[in-house]
Amino acid sequence: MPLLWLVLILIAASIVGFFLGRQRALHTADGNPRDLHSLPSYYGHNVAFTGLLPALIILVIWVLVQPIIIDNRVSNLIPSTAIPENSTLGLVMSDVRRVADGLDHAVSEGSLSSERASALQADKTDVRALLGESGIAVGNDVRPEILSAAQKYRKINHVGSSVMTALVLLIAGGGFIYAYSVTHKDFRARNIVERGVLGLLILAASLAILTTVGIVLSMFFETLNFFSLHSWKDFYLGTTWAPNFRGDSDLSILPLLWGTLYISVIALLVAVPIGLFAAVYLSEYANNTVRSFAKPLLEILAGIPTIVYGLFALLTVGPALVTFFGQGNNGILGVEWMAGATSVLTAGVVMGIMLIPFVSSLSDDIINAVPQTMRDGSLGLGATKSETIRQVVIPAALPGIVGAVLLAASRAIGETMIVVMGAGAIAKFSLNPLESMTTITTRIVSQLTGDTDFASPETLVAFALGLTLFVLTLGLNVLALYIVRKYREQYD
Amino acid sequence: MNDMTVLDKAVEIKNTKIAANDVHVYYGDAHAIKGVDVEIEDKTVTAFIGPSGCGKSTFLRCLNRMNDTIDICQVKGDILIDGEDIYDKRVDPVQLRAKVGMVFQKPNPFPKSIYDNVAYGPRIHGLAKTKADLDDIVEKSLRRGAIWDEVKDRLDKPGTGLSGGQQQRLCIARAVATEPEILLMDEPCSALDPIATAQVEELIDELRTSFSVVIVTHSMQQAARVSQKTAFFHLGNLVEFGETGKIFTNPEDPRTESYITGRIG
Repeated sequence: MPLLWLVLILIAASIVGFFLGRQRALHTADGNPRDLHSLPSYYGHNVAFTGLLPALIILVIWVLVQPIIIDNRVSNLIPSTAIPENSTLGLVMSDVRRVADGLDHAVSEGSLSSERASALQADKTDVRALLGESGIAVGNDVRPEILSAAQKYRKINHVGSSVMTALVLLIAGGGFIYAYSVTHKDFRARNIVERGVLGLLILAASLAILTTVGIVLSMFFETLNFFSLHSWKDFYLGTTWAPNFRGDSDLSILPLLWGTLYISVIALLVAVPIGLFAAVYLSEYANNTVRSFAKPLLEILAGIPTIVYGLFALLTVGPALVTFFGQGNNGILGVEWMAGATSVLTAGVVMGIMLIPFVSSLSDDIINAVPQTMRDGSLGLGATKSETIRQVVIPAALPGIVGAVLLAASRAIGETMIVVMGAGAIAKFSLNPLESMTTITTRIVSQLTGDTDFASPETLVAFALGLTLFVLTLGLNVLALYIVRKYREQYD
Repeated sequence: MNDMTVLDKAVEIKNTKIAANDVHVYYGDAHAIKGVDVEIEDKTVTAFIGPSGCGKSTFLRCLNRMNDTIDICQVKGDILIDGEDIYDKRVDPVQLRAKVGMVFQKPNPFPKSIYDNVAYGPRIHGLAKTKADLDDIVEKSLRRGAIWDEVKDRLDKPGTGLSGGQQQRLCIARAVATEPEILLMDEPCSALDPIATAQVEELIDELRTSFSVVIVTHSMQQAARVSQKTAFFHLGNLVEFGETGKIFTNPEDPRTESYITGRIG
């Protein structure tokens, strides 16, 4: 039975269960809902979910686990002689799966009877041609070992699916019958449903957390692979970044880290003053009309895709800077400090523009959270508005603002598209903001998108870079949240 | 008869610190104060009493133009301090507020040290020429706020670390430090416990010797204890204004009597 049907049957049964459960509860109370412990619909939900949920959970687990077990058992059947040179067990197994799926498909189309499909023999029939007729393409001729493995695969798969269907239906039926039989006017259906809801919420929360852990772990193991191929001393303490795809490269994070931090600092120098002043204006001076259109306008900046910022850096800001500091259109300043459009300054300025709404909207929230009594106190002493803001509001909001700046910094460090397009590709230590430099994120992109062997240190270094970047931004975020939390209660 | 009037006037001119004449306040469409006339004397404590939402705090905030900070608030009528219209275009509200200090319902020390809290006003108005001057002003103000002995050893500690009653006295000291002539207090004891309240009330009585004090209070006992004059507000109207003793023992208006005896409000 196809999976879809099974799921549909379960859902239909739970809907029927809902009405049956509700009806039975009302029946035990002689039709008077006031005698029931819970609202009638709770009894219905109890029956519906007691039947549905365990069965669904078993179903999901079974569907995930079955292929793994089958693969294991079938791959034992394939002799090592059946694996051709420069191929692997994995590739052979995918052939097996394709043949098995092809046979299934042919059977379901009716071009092959199921008995014949099980009785096929590779030396007597041209399985490849047979499958080709029903539209399944198999790469090379099907060898006897593969066909027999595929037959076995089909058999186990078939048995597994039947057992699964039976088990799921049994559990669902058992659940429905049990829940239906305990439905009685004194049964505490509401409490059961409440617990069910709690379980659902916990499941959602733990899935989100587990995904994060999974991402970190996958990066972590690839990073370990990298460090088994390349010394960590060179990675963290070396001074040269020179990947060489013939091997023996210098892969050191420090020049990249320098570029990343330099660009981030410039971005913050642009974003923090502008964002903060904008926030002060919007929260302290602007009247409602101005605020109601200025704030969304400012936040549109946050909605622009970073690739668009990248284009802006490459096509507008970069050339404009060259006109100032270089010989573009013969240069305004008449100096020749800047040769190309890509530079630390280009990327930094554009990234700063990207961060303005980030800083301003966080600071705006924080400034608004400073109690009005504080402002009243200062104004009541005869301070002007700007004196009040400078001497009372900003100091009171400072921890939050510092937190906002740190969050913005971690955004800047992790930003990719703007630096890919605006910063250049040369890894070096330099103080000149008009030179092009490169960052950790750009190098991750270029190392992983190359046409190279995945197992080489030149590719795996991307994971080490990614993990280091992750630890860096995580540290900044934790610090920011810590500062914000620690000083927040003081003014409540 | 004629002679009597002239005599009255002479007394008034000498004593009246604040004179309000037909004051109306609107919050958008809501008419919060409906034509209040009142004359507040110098070197006395005047209490504003009345049920919640009767407009007493709103009227108090008119006296130092704190209502200017609320966009939708509109004030009509004349308020004269020392014969000068404070809503005149030439009057700078910032200077006015230096002259008319204010203490708020909830203690609101700034997130600064105790010293900086008190020195805030004098610094803004440039009242001290040297550090020693400022030290003097801070000490004097803290003494007048009756809190000097409690904080003299920890002037550099944050003002937010004090107890509620101490914070409120710090705020009074802070208001006193700018040398105002009038001190407005908006329910200064409503967030304090009875002991801290007693301390602040005692302080208010001492402040009377140097300032004209106007206090808004919910507690009628407090009004009776600290004030010489009492004004009763009801639904935006000034119902009755007079000697505190008379208001509490022999009110003229039936509404005042109902409020004082606890039948309305």
